[in-house]
Amino acid sequence: MSAPKTLYDKIWDAHVVSEDEDGTCLLYIDRHLVHEVTSPQAFEGLRMAGRKVHAPEKTIAVPDHNVPTTTDRASGVIENEESRIQVEALDKNAKEFGVNYYPVNDIRQGIVHIVGPEQGWTLPGMTVVCGDSHTATHGAFGALAHGIGTSEVEHVLATQTLIQKKSKNMKVEITGHLRPGVTAKDITLSVIGATGTGGGTGHVIEYCGEAIRDLSMEGRMTVCNMAIEGGARAGLIAPDEKTFEYVKGRAHAPKGAQWEAALNWWKTLYTDEGAHFDKVVTIKGEDIEPVVTWGTSPEDVLPISGVVPAPEDFTGGKVEAARRSLDYMGLEPGTKLTDIKIDVVFIGSCTNGRIEDLRAAAEVLKGRKMAPGVRGMVVPGSGLVRAQAEEEGLDKIFTDAGFEWRMAGCSMCLAMNPDQLAEGERCASTSNRNFEGRQGYKGRTHLMSPAMAAAAAVTGHLTDVREMMELEDA
Amino acid sequence: MEKFEKVTGIAAPMPLVNIDTDMIIPKGFLKTIKRTGLGVHAFDEMRYDRQGNEIPDFVLNKPQYREASILIAGDNFGCGSSREHAPWALADFGIKVIVSTSFADIFYNNSFKNGMLPIVLPQEQVDLLMKDAEKGSNARMTVDLENQEITTSEGETIKFDVDPFKKHCLLEGLDDIGLTLEKAAAIDAFEAQAAQARPWV
Repeated sequence: MSAPKTLYDKIWDAHVVSEDEDGTCLLYIDRHLVHEVTSPQAFEGLRMAGRKVHAPEKTIAVPDHNVPTTTDRASGVIENEESRIQVEALDKNAKEFGVNYYPVNDIRQGIVHIVGPEQGWTLPGMTVVCGDSHTATHGAFGALAHGIGTSEVEHVLATQTLIQKKSKNMKVEITGHLRPGVTAKDITLSVIGATGTGGGTGHVIEYCGEAIRDLSMEGRMTVCNMAIEGGARAGLIAPDEKTFEYVKGRAHAPKGAQWEAALNWWKTLYTDEGAHFDKVVTIKGEDIEPVVTWGTSPEDVLPISGVVPAPEDFTGGKVEAARRSLDYMGLEPGTKLTDIKIDVVFIGSCTNGRIEDLRAAAEVLKGRKMAPGVRGMVVPGSGLVRAQAEEEGLDKIFTDAGFEWRMAGCSMCLAMNPDQLAEGERCASTSNRNFEGRQGYKGRTHLMSPAMAAAAAVTGHLTDVREMMELEDA
Repeated sequence: MEKFEKVTGIAAPMPLVNIDTDMIIPKGFLKTIKRTGLGVHAFDEMRYDRQGNEIPDFVLNKPQYREASILIAGDNFGCGSSREHAPWALADFGIKVIVSTSFADIFYNNSFKNGMLPIVLPQEQVDLLMKDAEKGSNARMTVDLENQEITTSEGETIKFDVDPFKKHCLLEGLDDIGLTLEKAAAIDAFEAQAAQARPWV
């Protein structure tokens, strides 16, 4: 009998094309997702070398980072010239190299990590790469998925493989159940808060435990999405009935006899009893509270009941980093987090731009208005998420509350398009990074769940969403 | 790719931890469709004010570090996005070697693809190099990849580890795609076998 394997071991082993003596492997890639920002130089490289795309049928391109999200975008060209050139370059490259493509005005267009699963490109047991660090999202399906640089994008386009060494195995177990008002975003932020942004470096994380099993596919994607903020190469969750149910019937999912064959293999994709993990982190689901970030690193996580820390609360290089963060964020140590006023609310991104996220935010906003002076923006993760939300009347709830209802794209998560914070503005954001300047020059970002962002929109300051839920119960 | 030669140069100290890719190259500069010309924008928001004037306190603006070819950096350097624009910007600035206690995975890989050498060392040794770098332009370090050795301005040597395959590619200036295409038969064989085993892919 062979030694017990982790889920990561099984997927890895099924994709090794060749292995050198020093452990360097050539790994086969099943799906290559492409967007406009990290691909132009790669396609240009192919062109210059006279190379073709090795497997265009396994390559899926969609513009997302640069696209405007205003509702008039169908009628106009992209005003920013550089953005327009990048999107046009993708149009041209997709056509020239014959890869699958969802252009800006296709209803299926959206953030690449939302489109992949939605269209059934992402399936359990696959290897999935994209020139984008949030490729980890697809790990929610039990697919080995990670970000790559542009040189590697070119390598995958040309060869459908990557030169890789295997990472270590790390297990993150969330036991028990979450309390009301606590969501997948709170899990993933709390894990990073506990392990640090370098905690997963050199590892692939498998998330497991009852609280993970309890999550919907949308929630699982949120958890895996931020594996990269924890430093991990990828995040994985073993596929189960929820996964199969989500995948079944999607445009590019297998059908008929192939579905049965696929299902048989997918059901073997779990970590064997006794398999070895190099690192294990266990967190009790009951201990997780709704959290927000206070600083400029995703590890700067605190429960909403907390206060802004002081640099002296830390050790080593983090003391200076915390001082810099507090200065950048304009915060005084000891301030209650719930006393921090906000100017902008952003609901969207590949972390929290799916239908369930919009439902959670709408649930809080129903019958309520945004606080005076607060600007709010809801950016669905794809055209199909937008259509579904409209069918459910969620758009009406958002616009009644005072939010702008936008078209699909990455938008203010990285602010490459015109959706940006002004200098000094403070944002309650459902995105994934609170780095300096991330959402706009000198903009200040607090990361949180969609429900928490909606609560902050109503009160105008960071807020424990559970208080609003209790009000409803009373 | 150019062959990686022995580097002797000025090392700039950047002790801040978690220097992320948004700091190294802000998103405004990701709209290029070229790989070159980003050096002038490396660390843009730390390096220039809104009017485009240099911020004198920033290490690479100080006269003694303007010609730096080595960075001695705080923990978890290059965390954040997969943008290869980050190593492109650093390489274009003239950086050849970065030393830290750890690097984010994607940044680490991207560096090698652009002829730059990221070196991981224990905290005490990074501290020692940081002190040496703080001496300014008179303190020149030497990084010898062949012998996996850093020599400080005081003549002290520090050994470092590097993946043998990555070392070989850097020293020879090898192009990964060319190497992989030599294994085209193995890729074809894998595809034939996978088409049987997992025809739905």
